[in-house]
Amino acid sequence: MSRIGELFTRKRAEKKPVLIGYITAGDPSPERMPSLIAALERGGVDLIELGVPFSDPVADGPVIMKASERALAAGMTLAKVLDLARAVRLQSEIPLLLFSYLNPVMRYGFSKLAADAKAAGADGCLLTDLSVEEADEFVAPLREAGLDTVFLAAPTSPPERLRRVADHSSGFVYLVSRTGVTGEQSRLSASVGPLVESLRARTALPLAVGFGISTPEQARETARLADGVVVGSAFVRIVEAQGAGPGLEPALEAFARALKTGMEG
Amino acid sequence: MSVTKLEPDAQGHFGPYGGRYVPETLMAPLEDVERAWMQSREDSSFQAELSDLLKNFAGRPTALYEAKRLAEALGGARIFLKREDLLHTGAHKINNCLGQVLLAKRMGKRRVIAETGAGQHGVATATVCALFGMECVVYMGEEDMARQRLNVFRMRLLGARVVGVGYGSKTLKDAISEAMRDWVTNIATTHYLLGSALGAHPYPVMVRDFHRCIGEEARAQMLERTGRLPDTVFACVGGGSNAIGAFHAFLPDAQVELVGVEAGGHGIRPGEHAARFHGGAPGVLQGSRSYLLQDGDGQVLLTHSVSAGLDYAMVGPEHAWLHDQGRASYTYCEDGAALRAALQLSRTEGIIPALESAHGLAEAIRRAPGEPGKVFLVNLSGRGDKDIDIYRAVFPELDGDEPAGDTPQGGTA
Ligand SMILES: Cc1ncc(COP(=O)(O)O)c(C=O)c1O
Repeated sequence: MSRIGELFTRKRAEKKPVLIGYITAGDPSPERMPSLIAALERGGVDLIELGVPFSDPVADGPVIMKASERALAAGMTLAKVLDLARAVRLQSEIPLLLFSYLNPVMRYGFSKLAADAKAAGADGCLLTDLSVEEADEFVAPLREAGLDTVFLAAPTSPPERLRRVADHSSGFVYLVSRTGVTGEQSRLSASVGPLVESLRARTALPLAVGFGISTPEQARETARLADGVVVGSAFVRIVEAQGAGPGLEPALEAFARALKTGMEG
Repeated sequence: MSVTKLEPDAQGHFGPYGGRYVPETLMAPLEDVERAWMQSREDSSFQAELSDLLKNFAGRPTALYEAKRLAEALGGARIFLKREDLLHTGAHKINNCLGQVLLAKRMGKRRVIAETGAGQHGVATATVCALFGMECVVYMGEEDMARQRLNVFRMRLLGARVVGVGYGSKTLKDAISEAMRDWVTNIATTHYLLGSALGAHPYPVMVRDFHRCIGEEARAQMLERTGRLPDTVFACVGGGSNAIGAFHAFLPDAQVELVGVEAGGHGIRPGEHAARFHGGAPGVLQGSRSYLLQDGDGQVLLTHSVSAGLDYAMVGPEHAWLHDQGRASYTYCEDGAALRAALQLSRTEGIIPALESAHGLAEAIRRAPGEPGKVFLVNLSGRGDKDIDIYRAVFPELDGDEPAGDTPQGGTA
């Protein structure tokens, strides 16, 4: 079983929710990332989504959009994200999910990515703008290499699509909490409950909910429904505020801990 | 050349291109648009309403005009212009906007959003929204707002809200991204009225079909006027809507050469042009797979063209397919040649073309002297009113109190 699968199995046995943290790789700098990830792990993040920056992030709100711009300006590339995974593996067994738009991955080559990501110690990949209809050339080589492929399920997805999303996913299914782009929100969307239920009826895979979760209270509410909670923009906003300053790691760690405490409380 | 397949597969693939590459949240809305569009094609009341609007509101059919003085000056091929510039709002864009606003109405949407580059699609969208009493928001890159100020004001006059996009290249690409973000947030109320033969299925084929009338009319007009088909059809290619509209009726006529003209900008160097077939490679951007100007890491390159409507990193997927099959060929025209073509048409025929259209025209002008006896058809996709500020800047000798030169040099922009 993959690190991702093992994580969810273990947490399920402990009856504890999984905290998933998204950060944009390369922000504030490629070199700083291992220490950032270590801080998140100390704070209680169980799984890291490593955002591969893209020039045209249509699914992202302003916070992650600006982070992608900063990361690209700092010289981040998919190849360097794999270097980062390798560096993290020297210090940690935390599951790593690559989180990217399709074009950088297509340009790199699906088979090459599968081989290199596996060798680097990454555990899976999610491509935001890859629909299940177009996914075969991606899923086959990744699965063959023993990597997980995670797909998005949305509040707009009809039942038939939810089934196909689950069929193409391994590790877990990522539920988009609301119709919109990434970014914080003040209240958890009402569409989460029904979406979770609808997917539960179609798959035994663990379910993680993301998009817009930014406070310990929202994390707690979400954890009551799903197996995992994804927090992205709220972490990235801390990176934006702290920049390369010395307060970055302590701030990330403290916020992760607050989320984790909230979730488990 | 064997027979060209005229239609994409059920998932919107033109060979390896096209398809639907969007976040999952947009998949169901795209299926809704596709369903509504398929129904509308079978629905005679929809078709009747659209035909009536195209004729009595937009001004179809447009004229086919033989540019005799231009041809005489060049000495060579005969040149016919398909006068899309005479349509209401000043460009072909209105064809697609009328079609899609009727669809939006049938889908029960009250709000329409669009992106625009040159502002012509934005103006056409604002126009049809005014006509149908719909709320209209148009996204436009800040660089494009600065260079197409007249159109920004026209949109506002028509009641649309124009939202500037100030990141990335600040041009069409970023306006499309912002429109997609709006759509995914407001899908329940909103129709995304995409303005070119781009994006996720069904847009490329749907937009093409709304513009197919260009080539159908021109083909019949050519036969009636000259008793024959043109040897070559020229059209500028931004996203590719006017070109695919002009080409489509001629696809089965294997003897008719089809030439798309992309923006060569300052020349074919990374970041200096928008000629996707000259330096681009297949990739995925904003919903579709096609030729894309990108770097070795799959990041989208910046583009440049004097013409905002051609200044975009990806070409519509059907053009990619026609290119690979060899059914159409794609060349490019640099800023200077386009500006000179615009001036020449203005001076010989009394027609001031849009800068976009001037790119297609420039290639016909370049080739005409060497091809006597040939018959050229150029799709004049729009008129140049919106570009007056640019023409003024490029031809300063015509501006001021006492214009000096009657033959400006230009072409150095
Ligand atoms: C007059 C005119 N022609 C051509 C274009 C380019 O678009 P397309 O390639 O979709 O025809 C534009 C776009 O703004 C335009 O305004």
